[in-house]
Amino acid sequence: MALDQQSAPLDAALIARNKRLRRQAFTVGGFILTVFLTFLGLLAITFFIGRVIPIDPVLSVVGDRATQAQYDAARIAMGLDRPLWQQFISYVGNVLTGDLGRSVSTGRAVVDDLSRFFPATFEMATLGILIGIALGVPLGVTAAARQGSWLDQAIRVVGLLGYSVPAFWLGLVGLAVFYARLRWVGGPGRLDIFYDGLVQPVTGMILIDSLIRGEIDIFWNAVSHIILPASVLGFFSLAYIARMTRSFMLDQLSQEFVTTARVKGVPERVVIWRHAFKPIRVPLITVVGLSYAGLLEGSVMIETVFSWPGIGNYLTTALLNADMNAVLGSTLVIGAVFIVINKVSDVLYRVLDPRAR
Amino acid sequence: MTTLLEVENLRVSFPTNRGRVEVVKGLSFTLGRERLGIVGESGSGKSMTGRSILKLIRKPGEVTADKLRFDGIDILDQSEKQMRAIRGARISMVMQDPKFSLNPVMTVGEQIAEALVTHQKLPRSAVQARIQEMLHAVRINDPERVARLYPHEVSGGMGQRIMIAMMLIPEPELLIADEPTSALDVSVQAQVLDIIDTLVRDKGMGLILISHDLALVSRYCDRILVMNAGRVVEECAAGQLENAQHPYTRGLLAAMPTIDESRDELPVLDRTQWAGT
Repeated sequence: MALDQQSAPLDAALIARNKRLRRQAFTVGGFILTVFLTFLGLLAITFFIGRVIPIDPVLSVVGDRATQAQYDAARIAMGLDRPLWQQFISYVGNVLTGDLGRSVSTGRAVVDDLSRFFPATFEMATLGILIGIALGVPLGVTAAARQGSWLDQAIRVVGLLGYSVPAFWLGLVGLAVFYARLRWVGGPGRLDIFYDGLVQPVTGMILIDSLIRGEIDIFWNAVSHIILPASVLGFFSLAYIARMTRSFMLDQLSQEFVTTARVKGVPERVVIWRHAFKPIRVPLITVVGLSYAGLLEGSVMIETVFSWPGIGNYLTTALLNADMNAVLGSTLVIGAVFIVINKVSDVLYRVLDPRAR
Repeated sequence: MTTLLEVENLRVSFPTNRGRVEVVKGLSFTLGRERLGIVGESGSGKSMTGRSILKLIRKPGEVTADKLRFDGIDILDQSEKQMRAIRGARISMVMQDPKFSLNPVMTVGEQIAEALVTHQKLPRSAVQARIQEMLHAVRINDPERVARLYPHEVSGGMGQRIMIAMMLIPEPELLIADEPTSALDVSVQAQVLDIIDTLVRDKGMGLILISHDLALVSRYCDRILVMNAGRVVEECAAGQLENAQHPYTRGLLAAMPTIDESRDELPVLDRTQWAGT
């Protein structure tokens, strides 16, 4: 009897804990399920678009001098004679087992290609967005805090340039000035030619791989090569981020609670950063996320100008060669990047905004 | 009676496409440690009067006055830094709608604490104790829980009591209440005003109650200014309101319904009776 009474509250605590665990499991489960369904939708869309565009994948494999018999044999070998839904199911199966097919233009598995090209883009885009955030946010906040001042005007001009200057032009001028004339940075490519291929890829990102291997020389060489293209990308995201930050901040600064803070006698610096800036972190995440996704998609112009072996270059080459497997694979990776970024910003929303919890 | 605030010929203007427009046109009054009501319709300049006392009119708005003195300090002469030592600590303001005037991403406790520690350096435990005490004073029974809430988690009436707690915690000498109950249900209006009234009396503070509600102002104030189009049209003791002379005030009073109403239609203000506005 006495034992029963003792165990009763213990049981209650246990049940409460179980409930909480179950709820957490449900949230995580729901999260994974939505990611999976979104991914499946993405697969379906890329697959069917790939089938309706007027490119004959068989022709790009066998070439236009093949006989009808060779053509038919290749068509059957590629499984294109089967009904569309069967093709889709086997495609999904292949993708889930990590098989994206073979690229016609490079002759390698698409997965291998992507694992070489995507890290290059990832490295450059990440550095670019970091530059964009580090400069764009403070500039936007300052512009809004001193609305109408010369600084505000200057920042608006920078923002306008970010919209109107073509990326390839800025890249070329950057190369001409900082590489060809001033010799401050490395030229096109990820490394100087005599460093190329010396680092065994681990992550595929040279900045990280060279540090892991302890190759400091190579690291600094990679930095000198990546800094210019990343800055050019950074400039474009900076311009966008600064403009958006400025307009979000202006909106917040006219809110009543900002006046409340001033009534309390809080210094203006605190009014701006604690009261006006904190609430705009959530919309800023959307802006930064979209801008980052845009950079990860591969800036074809920048990658071409800087001979950067990134996914934008890869995708363009694949498109021009009607290399459907490579196109679908790249599209899939880019789509997956969008899904991941969206999901991460969803999570950050909930962390940063008490109203969304 | 000691004079807390002296205002003489206060003018507030804003530039527009058609030149500068004055929204307060030569306002004068003095205030001791008493309760002054400023009533008037929307756009009569009453809120701008409150904000110019705190020097919160931002450019391109412009404030001029022959005299704007708080406790002998010339407000218009103060630098922004000197004003920050006055705002909150000596003159404070309760704003209209807690939905918009409380920061949505800071907890209630953080916001009240900020009002206090901006002016007084206190150890953390003392700050917490003061917050609890202040929330009790505005009749919030479970201050520990409420301090952890975010503004969207409290009701309008509670939000306004939190606002009052936040504005009174540094113990200012003058409180400006700018339409403190306009956003609230009638049933909680009296409750909030009673709290303001009690605290103002207990601490011997001056109060400027800005409102468009004549009945409310005459109940909670000692003296009343009636404003219209940037000017004071009537100044009287709260008890003398029914003897008001100015046609505008008389018009407002006539338009108030009473409980044993026999009129089918309430009269509308006849604005031709006072020229030039």
